[in-house]
Amino acid sequence: MALKLTDLKTNVHNDWCPGCGDFGILNAVQMALAEMNVEPSNVVIVSGIGCSGKMPHYIKTYGVHTLHGRLLPFASGIKIANPNLEVVCVGGDGDGMGIGAGHFVNSGRRNLDMAYIVHDNGVYGLTKGQASPTLKLGMKTKSLPKPNINQAVNPLLLAIASGYTFVARGYAYDVRHLKELIKKAINHKGFAFLDVLQPCPTYNDILTKEYWAGEDNLDPSGKPVPRVYKLEETGYDGVVHENTEEEIERKVAQAVLKSFEFGDRTPIGVFYQNEFTPTYEERLNSRMPTYRTYPPAMQRIARDDGTPLAKVQKLLDELSLT
Amino acid sequence: MIGGAQGSGVDTSANIFARAAAQGGYHVFGKREYYSNIKGEHSYFQVRVSSKIIRSHVDTVDMLASFDEETVFRHALEVRPDGAIVYDPDLKMKKLEDVPTIEKNVKESLVRRLSQSGLGTTMQDILELARKRGVHLYPIPYMDLLKQVGQKFGESSLSSLSRMTNVMAVASSYALLSFDSSILKDAIMKVFRSKQKVAEMNQAAVDVVYSFVQEKYDGSFGYTLPPIKVNERRIFMRGNVTVGIAKELAGCRLQTYYPITPASDESEYLEAHEVIELDNLPGEPELAEQQTVKNGSIVVVQTEDEIAAITMAIGGGLAGVRSSTSTSGPGFSLMAEGLGWAGMNEVPVVVTLYQRAGPSTGMPTRHEQGDLRFALFTGHGEFPRIVLASGDLEEVFYDTVRAFNYAERYQTPVIHIIDKALANSDTTLPMLDIAKVKIDRGVTITGKYETNNGVEFPRFKQTETGISLRPAVGTKGVVYWLTGDEHDEFGHISEDPTNRVIMMDKRMKKLEVADREIPLSEKVNFFGPEEAKITVLSWGSTKGAILDAIDWLREEGIDVNFLQIRLINPFPTEYVSNVLSRAKKIVDVEMNYSGQLAEVTMEKTCIPIKNKIVKYNGRPMSCEELYHALKSFAEGTAPTRVVLTNGS
Ligand SMILES: Cc1ncc(C[n+]2csc(CCOP(=O)(O)OP(=O)(O)O)c2C)c(N)n1
Ligand code: SF4
Ligand SMILES: [Mg+2]
Repeated sequence: MALKLTDLKTNVHNDWCPGCGDFGILNAVQMALAEMNVEPSNVVIVSGIGCSGKMPHYIKTYGVHTLHGRLLPFASGIKIANPNLEVVCVGGDGDGMGIGAGHFVNSGRRNLDMAYIVHDNGVYGLTKGQASPTLKLGMKTKSLPKPNINQAVNPLLLAIASGYTFVARGYAYDVRHLKELIKKAINHKGFAFLDVLQPCPTYNDILTKEYWAGEDNLDPSGKPVPRVYKLEETGYDGVVHENTEEEIERKVAQAVLKSFEFGDRTPIGVFYQNEFTPTYEERLNSRMPTYRTYPPAMQRIARDDGTPLAKVQKLLDELSLT
Repeated sequence: MIGGAQGSGVDTSANIFARAAAQGGYHVFGKREYYSNIKGEHSYFQVRVSSKIIRSHVDTVDMLASFDEETVFRHALEVRPDGAIVYDPDLKMKKLEDVPTIEKNVKESLVRRLSQSGLGTTMQDILELARKRGVHLYPIPYMDLLKQVGQKFGESSLSSLSRMTNVMAVASSYALLSFDSSILKDAIMKVFRSKQKVAEMNQAAVDVVYSFVQEKYDGSFGYTLPPIKVNERRIFMRGNVTVGIAKELAGCRLQTYYPITPASDESEYLEAHEVIELDNLPGEPELAEQQTVKNGSIVVVQTEDEIAAITMAIGGGLAGVRSSTSTSGPGFSLMAEGLGWAGMNEVPVVVTLYQRAGPSTGMPTRHEQGDLRFALFTGHGEFPRIVLASGDLEEVFYDTVRAFNYAERYQTPVIHIIDKALANSDTTLPMLDIAKVKIDRGVTITGKYETNNGVEFPRFKQTETGISLRPAVGTKGVVYWLTGDEHDEFGHISEDPTNRVIMMDKRMKKLEVADREIPLSEKVNFFGPEEAKITVLSWGSTKGAILDAIDWLREEGIDVNFLQIRLINPFPTEYVSNVLSRAKKIVDVEMNYSGQLAEVTMEKTCIPIKNKIVKYNGRPMSCEELYHALKSFAEGTAPTRVVLTNGS
């Protein structure tokens, strides 16, 4: 039975501001899951804290709304315990690259088979518009008393450096394109990072929907030139096709260069993808050969009468004196 | 006592010494003291052996086995008259002032004592001072003897031979005690299991040392250690390993950690034993899926920090896996927010908290019981938690399993407090009884859940006990939500005031249920006569010193009983009130500054506790100092607060 979009919607009141880019991301996630015909109880949406963090409550799958910045270790624990689950992480830019930056980097090193969608709005939405780590130096969004004094982090560059094996960017208001990216991220074998340009009409009055649509960026004929363009339409191919050092280096270098394009011409699409890197699950399985077939969540630990199943007597015997 | 520079094999030699004694039928209690340093600083291992059960260390040293000068300088004067010092005569002329790792104040006090006796500052001088007090001196020319061993094995490199000096020191001590050398050689074989050649060379070293000692010092030392016949099965356990084995038995299948002393050894043990053999009796239908799988596994993840450690473990708990993390004070401080999330979302997760001397980095490798109140209140807001504290390795073993049972039964975080002293103590125990262990998963559901009420499942449904059905995240047939925000029964955010009260009541009620259900025998221990001159109140690893000290006092006709609190939260208020209100004189014994358990007990029972014996110099209590302090309370000569300070 095919999954309908409505099967994935809860009746929880959505309290995002009207016009918030988060709606586009929510729709894209629901469309992607519906098209993938997932089983809802096999999907876990894990979020952090922020406006973006509320997303799980609007989706009828398992939803885990965690702590500010900590969504990745929470999600990793779930995934390691039960690698059969489809784990999708969603969080804010402050959540992921500010307070959670350490987890951002180290989760890349692990390469669990999950997807991570970042709502990149340049601000701390839920705490009323302070600068987020992706806001550029000198920008003064609406509620900042003074222009931003910090340089911005480049999320794509950081993801590549941290070892993410799928690095992409989407745009919240190109929902169909975003949906395809989300499907790719979920289907990717390994940890997929998807940065989504997310207008926050309430606090970010610079990177607005109008800005990305290029309403002030007119061509000679007076037509607006959108500021986002699709990588795939330029013939760009971010996928590592063969597992050689040379190919990987070439694709990484290309993605790194691309990651610096921002502003009047801002690429969206897949910057880099490499499925040759072993996932954390595969690494675990190489050490514990029953890990994949019999992961922690499937393991029986006791008989019905409570008798433990682990044979630790052997371990005790090793320490025995007789 | 065996001492030497860190990294020079003190641990190995002490391990061999202790193992050999244990194999010889003795009860052994070993304790390790070391600096937060990898190479060079002084460390020592104190091993107490007895034909009777022993549970603590003593301050005086009967025999000091040394292979460097620092050990002699530091400990020679702790050796009691008619005790012995084994040392390297080549080091005789080494000067105290040239040992860079001895603290200035320690040097000054030694110089003072030496000059009072008209002595200089060489190792020979301090040995002379010991000799004057009646200590026997046994110089052992390690290098000459090692060369003999080297000849046998065609090994002439002095640096590789000198690696056996530590074992020579042990062998000398045992030779002086006329201990059966074959037992010692057997222990060496076990310790160097994986290194055949090393084992054989060390065994040869034992023979060389034994014949030297027999020739030169035969019978000159008054004590012997004849082998004892033992009728029970015993094991030789270390604290960290005890926890590790118990976790595997308990069904813990995800352990997360960020390296920290003294907790990480446990995680490393688990990682080394990550493949778990399962008991897989053919013909048991409910285990059908296991017929093809003989092994399970525990995933051990070294995380980027302790925040990740606790939250990842919580993730495992959500997915229905018994999960835990092990840490010490600094790491636990970082876990506060995560712990609250687990409390709010009713997630079973176990934190094994190895206390060490705080605050801040404190004394990372030293002992303290300073985190009782912290464990009771970690995190903001109010949520239920279960806090239990073990007093010795046997309790550590069974409590570790219980911690997981409580966590799942009451769906809440459990903090299992142990400490550096337990983690680093090596003791003989009667073989642990696995048959005593039962696993109780409460109302956990895994796999699939059939319901006619649609897929949205009321995970936080009201019940009489506050405990709701808990399908693991990923259970087929249902979905629900979790959030650190206050939530309704499906796990959706709610700020409704009525719902808030219902949910707070639901969560906190579980503690009342736990208090009702957990048997008294898991909450407290009571030792000694009903009627006694003194009632000792304590918790955790002071247990050993207390039991040994009250044995000594009983021999003198002073009756002392002892109430050990094991379940700190929910606190066994009624029982404790009963015992303490009958007590003639209550003395609180703790390894911290303020007497934290006394404060908690007063808060719960309203019974005043004025008398305290506390210690916070980073060294565990010896039974002697505790004995003296308790005796002074019995005789009425003690001030209300006695601070113990022994230990080096
Ligand atoms: C430990 C902690 N510190 C601070 C906060 C307050 N806080 C809530 S949301 C938020 C920022 C959210 O910004 P972002 O992650 O970019 O998400 P957005 O709201 O923009 O989607 C902060 C700082 C918190 N919840 N927890
Ligand atoms: S504050 Fe911004 S990010 Fe948050 S809901 Fe409103 S528009 Fe969206
Ligand atoms: Mg943001």
